[in-house]
Amino acid sequence: MNKKITAIIEWGTLLVSTGLVCFFLIAILWDLISKGAPSLSWQFISTSPTNGMTKGGILPAIIGTILLTLITALVAAPFGICCAIYLNEYAVDNWLTRIIRASIRNLAGVPSIIYGLFGLALFVQGLQMGTSLLAAGLTLGLLSLPYIIITTEEALRRIPNRMREAALAVGATKFESIRDVVLPSAIPGMLTGLVLTLSRAAGETAPILFTGVAFYINKPAGYLNQEFMALPYHLYMLSTQHQAIEQVRPLAYGTALVLIIVVFLLNLSAFYIRYQHSKHE
Amino acid sequence: MNEEQIKLAATAANLWFGRKQVLKNVSVAFPKNKITALIGPSGCGKSTLLRCFNRMHDLSNDVTIEGKFLLEGEDLYKGSLSATEVRRRIGMVFQQANPFPKSIYENINYGLKINDIPKEERQEIIEHALKESYIWDEVKDDLQKPATRLSGGQQQRLCIARAVALRPEVILMDEPCSALDPISTSKIEELILKLKKDYTIVIVTHNMQQAQRVADQTVFMYLGEIIEAGDTSQIFDEPGMELTKNYVQGHFG
Ligand SMILES: Nc1ncnc2c1ncn2[C@@H]1O[C@H](COP(=O)(O)OP(=O)(O)OP(=O)(O)O)[C@@H](O)[C@H]1O
Ligand SMILES: [Mg+2]
Repeated sequence: MNKKITAIIEWGTLLVSTGLVCFFLIAILWDLISKGAPSLSWQFISTSPTNGMTKGGILPAIIGTILLTLITALVAAPFGICCAIYLNEYAVDNWLTRIIRASIRNLAGVPSIIYGLFGLALFVQGLQMGTSLLAAGLTLGLLSLPYIIITTEEALRRIPNRMREAALAVGATKFESIRDVVLPSAIPGMLTGLVLTLSRAAGETAPILFTGVAFYINKPAGYLNQEFMALPYHLYMLSTQHQAIEQVRPLAYGTALVLIIVVFLLNLSAFYIRYQHSKHE
Repeated sequence: MNEEQIKLAATAANLWFGRKQVLKNVSVAFPKNKITALIGPSGCGKSTLLRCFNRMHDLSNDVTIEGKFLLEGEDLYKGSLSATEVRRRIGMVFQQANPFPKSIYENINYGLKINDIPKEERQEIIEHALKESYIWDEVKDDLQKPATRLSGGQQQRLCIARAVALRPEVILMDEPCSALDPISTSKIEELILKLKKDYTIVIVTHNMQQAQRVADQTVFMYLGEIIEAGDTSQIFDEPGMELTKNYVQGHFG
């Protein structure tokens, strides 16, 4: 009897928590879609803004965010993955590696605006890149690095030693066992971490604030050495800094929706790769 | 036993996991083209000893190994032999089946590939290995099926096929039949007896009948030490030590 009541309480708690989370998720999405969808149109995603942002589309911001995320991935993924492989597969467990691991964890907790300041000092001023797409991408790359290392290491750690031993036992070198057995099995986990990290980077405002983002550019988007527009910053400006906030509110919602869609597409591609992968397992 | 007949040996081997000593002054010799059964209660260090011979402990960094491990008189650790060469010459079937998360075909092909066996020969070797391990009939229709979808016993036989495909000189088998039904078990025993002609085999088993059926020599371990080693018939019929007698007669373990 008592057990039954506890079971019902436990079950109820889980159900209510899940329900609450889902409720908020759906509420947010509903709010975004209902208010943002009306401003979505082909013109909205294929033209530049006009009339002081009150008309036209957000194409430069879409291009900016996509390129920015791409640079972030190109910077953070190779270094992060190599670093994680080294830490998990090669490094011995001693005080030095423990300090390195602790530092990486701490770096992951540093507020993103600090990265912005650091990027400003290092890339914009120190390396003379000026406020530019490249400087902002590198800054976001640094921000993403610890997350990628942590998630990749986590994915590698989940591969049981039996798998490594299986490869070694047939005469594979350590490198071969990692390349042919460990990494292929770890890819789904690594991908999940990578995509979550990039999704977060794509939505960041603070780190790009000082390093290259602009509210409006009148040149074509996509040059590495120039300032750029980005969706999250555009959204921020439209909803707080614009002189006709009420008028551009639908555009702000439209921008938010586009940002969500970009992130969603990113997740979808990871989902697809994972699915392809699981067919071979 | 004279020198030339000994294929694989350990002398005065000690092994620690951290501070815990798991092998204590182990000296043992495995004669060429013979089957040696390694028996002893759970946790006595059989797997640990076996893994010393193909350098599987290299992976873990809190392991300390002392003593000599010799393959035909050549030091497995300190000599000119590389770890990969050691492992290629001394194959292993693990206690827990560990097929690669790849297709059945690729599971065997992988070892052949990294050991530079020419492509033209592989197909035949793979088929032969699968037949030898009595799994061919069950998998021949779909060699591209993921190995992880095989049953536990089928996975174990695939792992045996993977090891024999490389034609190592020694095969270490850690309870290869623990997940198998009696019919596959007797087939594997048949295989082991057949392989004896060309290989030196060490088999860990908890099955006393199995040890008596296949092994020429039996080694009894207890708490990290070798208590007694000798001809299988001697160990089972007239054990020299009280401990051995109790164990083989099933009084503990
Ligand atoms: N990686 C490890 N780290 C620490 N201790 C270990 C490790 N592997 C094994 N041991 C310990 O070493 C001892 C011997 O283990 P081992 O696996 O060799 O036993 P076994 O004889 O093969 O037993 P079983 O018949 O159950 O397979 C056990 O006490 C075990 O707890
Ligand atoms: Mg064991």
